[in-house]
Amino acid sequence: MGDNTLVLGQRLSEWCGHGPAPEEDIALANIALDLIGQTRLWLDLAGNREGLGRDSDMLAYHRNPWDFKNLLLVEQPNRDFGVTMMRQFLFDTWHLETLRILSHHTDKDVRGIAQKSSKEVTYHRARSTNIVIALGDGTEKSQLRMQSALNRLYPYVGEMFMTDKDDLIDMAALRPRFDAHLSATLNKATLTKPESEFYHKGGKTGTQHSEHLSHILATMQSLPRSYPEAKW
Amino acid sequence: MNNEWPLYEVFIRGKHGLSHRHVGSVHATDSQHAIQNARDVYTRRNEGVSIWVIPSMQIVASCPSDKDALFEPSEDKIYRHPSFFQIPDDVEAM
Repeated sequence: MGDNTLVLGQRLSEWCGHGPAPEEDIALANIALDLIGQTRLWLDLAGNREGLGRDSDMLAYHRNPWDFKNLLLVEQPNRDFGVTMMRQFLFDTWHLETLRILSHHTDKDVRGIAQKSSKEVTYHRARSTNIVIALGDGTEKSQLRMQSALNRLYPYVGEMFMTDKDDLIDMAALRPRFDAHLSATLNKATLTKPESEFYHKGGKTGTQHSEHLSHILATMQSLPRSYPEAKW
Repeated sequence: MNNEWPLYEVFIRGKHGLSHRHVGSVHATDSQHAIQNARDVYTRRNEGVSIWVIPSMQIVASCPSDKDALFEPSEDKIYRHPSFFQIPDDVEAM
């Protein structure tokens, strides 16, 4: 969870100062900050449970790409605003369903972080859903771009519902609610779900990240790795 | 062609405020979008508990050139101010 929010938060922050409108720019930066805030909670908890004295900064800045357990979806490049918002919509929809279940988890620390994050993510999903609908059911050009964004990113959806030994919950069980929100939104957005259910995998297991992860981590980690003692 | 999104005026009710106050404006494609943009631009630092937005086009404004006729006559009528009354200490929010 922490690696997902970290990588996507860092990705979204690349938009800072480049948004298509000042309002969208600020909104994306707000969401990036929400995700980085959630990262701190998840990775501090992970470091605490690991018991090797690593905190969230150590885990964020001093791990190599193959040690990251984020989904392939979140490391995909921003490309245009349509791709960024489609990626956000797909992630938010999955994220909210995941947090909804984790909010009832038996571990009280996990439950606490999930409950706190759910409020933020409820807003993230509402916002990205509205934008996907507005741009999908917009002009001919925006519709084309959103459909091409969906075609590009749909092959990263399947990985979100794979369950492996590290998962706290049955991920596949989240799919029906994800699909319901996806279909309802695509319907309003006049977009068509790609027919192929093929999907890429290897992000959440760390075995087969795309080339993009190394680049984003290099940007994010270069300063603390070069100057480990640097203070803000 | 004008590619700008329409302008909306934003009013926020602060945590301890009694009424919504004008805080600024945002561009947005429709009223729901305007609420979201207002939330993102004007409530980032915990400023509010309620948001109103209205299309700026819908505001009817007084004309600056009417200023003298509208406002100057009240300048010398201090007897209209309630400052001649004693207000008891236990009356709050006047």
